[in-house]
Amino acid sequence: MISIQNQDFSIADEYAALRHRAGDAGAIVTFTGLVREIYDVSAEGSEPTPVRSLFLEHYPGMTEKCLQEIQQQAEAKWPLLATRIIHRVGELHGKDQIVLVATASAHRHAAFEAAEFIMDYLKSKAPFWKQQKTATSSVWVESRDSDKVAIDRWQDS
Amino acid sequence: MLRIQYFASIRETLGRSEEELELPAQVGSVQNLIDHLLSINPSFQRVFSAHNKVLVAVNQTVVDLDHPLSENDEVAFFPPMTGG
Repeated sequence: MISIQNQDFSIADEYAALRHRAGDAGAIVTFTGLVREIYDVSAEGSEPTPVRSLFLEHYPGMTEKCLQEIQQQAEAKWPLLATRIIHRVGELHGKDQIVLVATASAHRHAAFEAAEFIMDYLKSKAPFWKQQKTATSSVWVESRDSDKVAIDRWQDS
Repeated sequence: MLRIQYFASIRETLGRSEEELELPAQVGSVQNLIDHLLSINPSFQRVFSAHNKVLVAVNQTVVDLDHPLSENDEVAFFPPMTGG
C-alpha cells in the first residue's frame, strides 16, 4: 500500500494497520526517515547556514507508478506478507517525518532486507526532488553517488 | 500533441513547468526532440549547461535518448532524483 501525502503520519497507526493486514507475520520492520537540521554547505568557502525548511517536489502520476513498481519488485524478491510506503511532499521542517517504509514477513531477514531495498530504490529511482531553503537562498539537493552504489548492490542478489 | 513537463531545477532554469508541442515529422526519438527543442528555443541549452545530468521520462518511465516518441506521449525532463 502506497501513499504520497502532505500530512504527517502516525507510526503507531500504520504499524497497527500493517500488523492487521499481515496475518501470520513473524516479523515487522518499520523504517522512518526524518528531516535533519542539516547545514547548507553548497556555497564553497562560506559559513554553513542552518536550513530553515525542505521543499519536496514530485512528479504526480510517475511517483505512484514508481513506488508501485518498487513495492512489486520487493514482493517478487522476498516472501512479504504486507508492505507500506508513505512519502511526504511539500514543505517540511527539521525533525519532521518524511518517509515510512514498513515490511512484514514470516521471518526477520526478509523484512529487514526488503525494507532496505525499498528505501535504496526510493532514494534515487522515484521522482522526488529536495530543495533546501535557508534564510537567504534555495538550493536543490544534489544526488549522491553513494545512493547509486546502494542500488547496485541489489543487482546481483 | 506531445505534453512536455519540467521538474525541480530544470523547471526553474526554464521558467516553466510544461508545454505542449505538435510532434514534428522529423522527431522520432527523444534525441530528435531535444535537438528540435534546441533549434526552436536556444535557451533550452541552459538545461544542459546548468545540469550535470538530465533524465528524460516518456509516459512516466525513465528512458534512453534513442527511445521512440509518438503522438500523445507524455515527456518529462528532470535532474537525478533526491527522495527519501
